[in-house]
Amino acid sequence: MIYYDKVSKIYPDKSVALDNVSFGIEPKEFVTIVGHSGAGKTTLMKLLIAEDYPTEGSVFLESTNVHNLNKKQMSKLRRRIGTVFQDYRLIQNKTIYENIAFAMEASGRTDHEIAADVPHVLELVDLAHKIWNFPHELSGGERQRVAIARAIVTQPDIIIADEPTGNLDPTNTFEIVRILKKINEMGTTVLLTTHNKGVVDAVGGRVITMENGKVIRDDKSGKYIL
Amino acid sequence: MIFTTFKRITRTGFVNFWRNGFLSFAAIVVITLSLSAFGGLVFASAFGRSLLADVKDKVDINVYFTLTAPEKDILALQKEIEALPEVADVTYVSAEKALSSFKEKWQNNALIMQGLTEVGGNPFPAALNVKAKDPGQYGNIANFLTSKNTEDQSGSTIIDKVNYEENKIIIDRLSAIIPTVEQVGLTVSLILILVAIIIVWNTIRLIIYTAKDEIAVMKLVGASNIYVRGPFIISGIMYGVVSAILTLVLMAGFAYWSDSIVLRLAGVDVAANFSLIVNVLSAYFVHNFPQIFILIMGSGILLGGVASYVAARKYLRV
Repeated sequence: MIYYDKVSKIYPDKSVALDNVSFGIEPKEFVTIVGHSGAGKTTLMKLLIAEDYPTEGSVFLESTNVHNLNKKQMSKLRRRIGTVFQDYRLIQNKTIYENIAFAMEASGRTDHEIAADVPHVLELVDLAHKIWNFPHELSGGERQRVAIARAIVTQPDIIIADEPTGNLDPTNTFEIVRILKKINEMGTTVLLTTHNKGVVDAVGGRVITMENGKVIRDDKSGKYIL
Repeated sequence: MIFTTFKRITRTGFVNFWRNGFLSFAAIVVITLSLSAFGGLVFASAFGRSLLADVKDKVDINVYFTLTAPEKDILALQKEIEALPEVADVTYVSAEKALSSFKEKWQNNALIMQGLTEVGGNPFPAALNVKAKDPGQYGNIANFLTSKNTEDQSGSTIIDKVNYEENKIIIDRLSAIIPTVEQVGLTVSLILILVAIIIVWNTIRLIIYTAKDEIAVMKLVGASNIYVRGPFIISGIMYGVVSAILTLVLMAGFAYWSDSIVLRLAGVDVAANFSLIVNVLSAYFVHNFPQIFILIMGSGILLGGVASYVAARKYLRV
């Protein structure tokens, strides 16, 4: 479903983020990418949603090279991918409801669907009671759950979560992992990056280990080895 | 679908306008100031034009005839002058009319009326008041009058004097000053407008800059450009509309306040003699309200909308 083909990314300051990386991800897989900071995990994610461009190689979603798309096709592609960022990236002057509704509006859902699905997805992440609050009124764990709700509400084919637990305490961390596993069980491909050993062990599933921009291990049912 | 998109963009634009209260306030202040500069220019040019027209109107040359000049020769001469291309208007003031208007003007002054009685008869000559289309053309008209053979049947000239030489200095100065004033006014206006546009543009750019991370998130969530940019344009237009309304209120206030100021400075008597100068702005404002409304509202909407449209573009490249 997703295929990284000999991808390299060298930033303008000549630091090598990715060095000839190739691997594929099957539909409905739950893939955890582990590695130290600077190993190239975030760059992999950014390349998939075309937030950044590879220096060499290509990234495919099914048969589409994601970097050969025009603006309109790019927006469509991004609607198939729900993204959860480490720093949440909620829109500050919108309520929780509006933050989630925005993703649905952008993908052209009807008002009726939005009114029905937003409360539903907030229940799923256990935040129904904060629906009219603003992001700054929420704790870090709550904000991250809103970000997940925003990512899954459009029922995307793929969820990518870039260190979603990086700023959270253990209780919140496992809550997030639980939600992501649930989403995966419902049939969504999940791509998760982390440097948290506990998260890797809790997820189970395939683990790709990166170091200095290279894939050094790819275990079908891996453990955290670094 | 297009309707839904438009509805959502408009709603978001309104909500953002309201929630970003301080930024909206700042934008409105800046746009109102800029539009007020436009309004000030409109008023200044209206006032200047009215003043110039007034002065131009007061400048003329008078042809005074001898007391014995026959009226039919004068009227014939009037026809000839009227036929000149430079001439805008020629009025004939007969000796009787000159006398009666003099009496009317000084009827309350016993001394002058007594003097007039002592002179006896009608001391006022008949005259033609000649107005040129342009102050620069009085020279030609005066030349025409001096070169013309203006003798009646008895062989004596009917023209007593032409006061062109007396008026020449003021006419020459006016002809030189008016185009300069107009050019300077236009240049100053253009500079002011440019400065206003730059300031508004920078303010709106800063407002959108504060939202650049959110623009990136919206794009990464898969929103199309119009969906991201639309609300900014709506907010921008709202800044313009609110500012335009404020500016029109300010302009109306200024127009009526300026009337009372002129009255107070000049005094009611003097003001009545210069009816052109009093009420210039309020009359102009009321008279040209549709045009002024369109100009100010249009500039406001254009400033806010276009600045937002252009400023948002930079951050859409995600």
